[in-house]
Amino acid sequence: MALPGMFRRYVFSTDHKIIGLQYLFLSLAAVTIGLLLSLCMRFHLVWPAARLPFVTGGVMTPEQYLALVTMHGTIMVFFVLTTAPQSAFGNYFLPLQIGAMDMAFPRLNMLSFWLTLVAFLVTLSAFLVPGGAPISGWTAYPPLSGMGEITGPGEGAGQSLWIAGILIFCVGSLLGSINFISTTIDLRAPGLTLSRLPLTVWAWFVTAILSLLAFAVLFAGGILLALDRVAGTSFFLPAGLVLSGQLQTHGGGSPLLWQHLFWFFGHPEVYIAILPGMGVVSHILANFSRKPVFGYRAMVFALCAIGFLGFLVWGHHMFVSGMNPYSSLTFSMLTLSIGVPSAVKTFNWLGTLWGGKLQFQTPMLFALGFISFFVTGGLSGIFLAQPALDTSLHATYYVVAHFHIVMGVAAIFGIFAAIYYWFPKMFGRKMNKGLGQLHFWLTFAGVYAIFMPMHFVGLAGGIRRYADSSGASYLVSLQPLHNFMTIAAFITAGGQLLFFYNFFRSMKQGEVASANPWDATSLEWATSSPPPADNFAGQLPSVYRAPYEYSLPTAAQDFLPQHLQSEHDPAQEGRSC
Amino acid sequence: MLFTTNLTDRIRSPQLRISERARGSGSPSLLLAILLILVVGTTIFVFAARLYPAPAPISRDAVLVDRQYNLTLYIAGVAFLLAQLGLAYTVVRFRDRGQKARFLRGNAGLEILWTSLTLFVFVGLGVLGRKAWADVRFTAPAAGAIQIEGTTSQFVYAFRYPGKDGKFGRIDPSFVSAPTGNPLGIDPKDPTGGDDIVASELIVPVNRPIELLLRSQDVVHNFFVRELRLQQDAMPGMIIPVHFTADHIGQYEIVCTQLCGLGHSNMHSLLRVVSQSEFEMFLNRQAIGP
Repeated sequence: MALPGMFRRYVFSTDHKIIGLQYLFLSLAAVTIGLLLSLCMRFHLVWPAARLPFVTGGVMTPEQYLALVTMHGTIMVFFVLTTAPQSAFGNYFLPLQIGAMDMAFPRLNMLSFWLTLVAFLVTLSAFLVPGGAPISGWTAYPPLSGMGEITGPGEGAGQSLWIAGILIFCVGSLLGSINFISTTIDLRAPGLTLSRLPLTVWAWFVTAILSLLAFAVLFAGGILLALDRVAGTSFFLPAGLVLSGQLQTHGGGSPLLWQHLFWFFGHPEVYIAILPGMGVVSHILANFSRKPVFGYRAMVFALCAIGFLGFLVWGHHMFVSGMNPYSSLTFSMLTLSIGVPSAVKTFNWLGTLWGGKLQFQTPMLFALGFISFFVTGGLSGIFLAQPALDTSLHATYYVVAHFHIVMGVAAIFGIFAAIYYWFPKMFGRKMNKGLGQLHFWLTFAGVYAIFMPMHFVGLAGGIRRYADSSGASYLVSLQPLHNFMTIAAFITAGGQLLFFYNFFRSMKQGEVASANPWDATSLEWATSSPPPADNFAGQLPSVYRAPYEYSLPTAAQDFLPQHLQSEHDPAQEGRSC
Repeated sequence: MLFTTNLTDRIRSPQLRISERARGSGSPSLLLAILLILVVGTTIFVFAARLYPAPAPISRDAVLVDRQYNLTLYIAGVAFLLAQLGLAYTVVRFRDRGQKARFLRGNAGLEILWTSLTLFVFVGLGVLGRKAWADVRFTAPAAGAIQIEGTTSQFVYAFRYPGKDGKFGRIDPSFVSAPTGNPLGIDPKDPTGGDDIVASELIVPVNRPIELLLRSQDVVHNFFVRELRLQQDAMPGMIIPVHFTADHIGQYEIVCTQLCGLGHSNMHSLLRVVSQSEFEMFLNRQAIGP
């Protein structure tokens, strides 16, 4: 190829590690934008009349607020929660953890990333067109999203760009998931049976299957929505719609159909965001408890069960939609039953900690924080899973608090844990421990300070996606809670500067890391930090044991790497293959 | 080069490893435990002190919902307390103090126990919660229910009463014309439509079953009254019936909870629960015309 070396190596690279880093930096850029958008919203909720320098017209209008709502959700769900845990870390570490030289389809992998980047830019460009970004939320329910500008500002070009961005993203994700599945099935090192896979690999594998099935449906739905907008079809638009006093010509479609298609994607998407985090947390807990993962088999079954059940519960987003009330009860029971594998995960994490020798390194702290948020967010979910209760909680801030804690913050804590844990492997240097810990305390306390009060706003009837509190008189009494949450949000967001400072400074100046700085057992630690271009310097490892052999009574030291043949004298073993 | 790093890493003495790992392991566990206790304590306090309560229910169905809510709250509350405090206890108790970790791969008995226990609790909760939903949604409204049609459009509610003949006039969207006083598109040629009453607020008599037929003219909207614990989307292309019986006279706010456009946060109406005589006065007054 005629491309200059640097360009080929770092930009249009087919190396899964570079692509993983590209995804990581993309999601860091996305999370920064998403966070800033949320701060604008929190600011507006407390000072709605403030004049702002970057807002057209000075004072934020309701449609500008709703554009922020839409774009915050879209950026965070697609370009952060889907991109970082699965695409970034999965790309970088899945081949390393299974002892492969690269992904199964390296060029396809590069294409996945570039499609995702283009999707991001297309989605963002919705801010720049006349009318601004769409106001229909990340769920884009038609008819609001399906008819063009007549339904509201941002619903013209902005909504079209949004749909285009999502469609491109779907293609990138589909290609990525095919790659992940093939790689896991075909490229495992000799001896690496399924029951010896690290739980991270299991999580990425199950997530890839979810992505393959879910994004295919979103892609189809997105195409139909785009056709309704530009080609005059009526998949989601019934007859007799009257907008701005004009009778519309559409007819025969069903807005409910979009909700079914969207949530058939949207609910598995929640697990696409959280399952990789569960894998990372299990991995890290074993490492820093110096114990095998408690109930490895049950953990794998729980991952699969959550993934499977995740496809059968989409209707719990639609309890108030007008769906058949009998199906609501079915969806309700299935949703509650997801609580079982989720509880199994929690119990087994506690079981992993129990009797351990806990080392509170920064990744460990974030993994523990993950458990706390997963429990809190999971338990608030059992209210929403019951249609009778959902009818007073739906679309209130209670829901916002619930999903931010369980899929937003828990997943972000999984991402932070992964970054602090694998940073030495990715960059050959450690992140600063003191700054890392400070970052954890601020974020952990800050997140609870933002989102616990939010439950109470919702229980009292505070409605989400409201640009102001003027709609109903009772909303005014909830203002003090909003003020508190906004202050907490600004402090917590400020705390993230510690992370960025630590991240970029440590890339250049961090303490140099050894190949295996955490005394860990899985294959990513069996090569140098960072690994060479072909991962294992020409000598692919073989695997001799389960992934989490910590504190084995017969072993000489408290960890036994997967690739070592003998239990007793690893130093003499050398590279076994 | 790679080989050397690996080798040096491997031959570092176990002693060095331990001291490196143990650094700073005492205080984080305590701080984490304190924070967890604080979160649990504050949350339970705010619930127990009822600092931000939902308003009192105004129907028998809403009371059923509240009962199920309370049951769920107690179960989730206990699980929350046990899990968070269990985590706090575990991190403090098993912090690295130089001990050896207990080698343990799992415990089948324990795992079967907690899996069946959670299955029993969660599914049991769903079975119990079934009633509060089924009683309302699986049943027709009581005989003699008053039918009222609720129509939503960007960003207003309109409520239509069938008038003296008890029949709604036919709706045809091509007749919709707010400026000429026909915002719902009632067919002027349909004789049953002439006496229909259209109001911007929902006025209902106390203790009488009401069947509300929800429609939408443009995008998805919603009808939410907190005191009824009732929330239902108005879905274009569908007529969705819901029913309730309000047993407290008063004024309650109706809000839209489904994102419907730039005026979403101002889409608002009132539910007025009035005495039977007042309700009749309202109907008569409207029938005569303003």
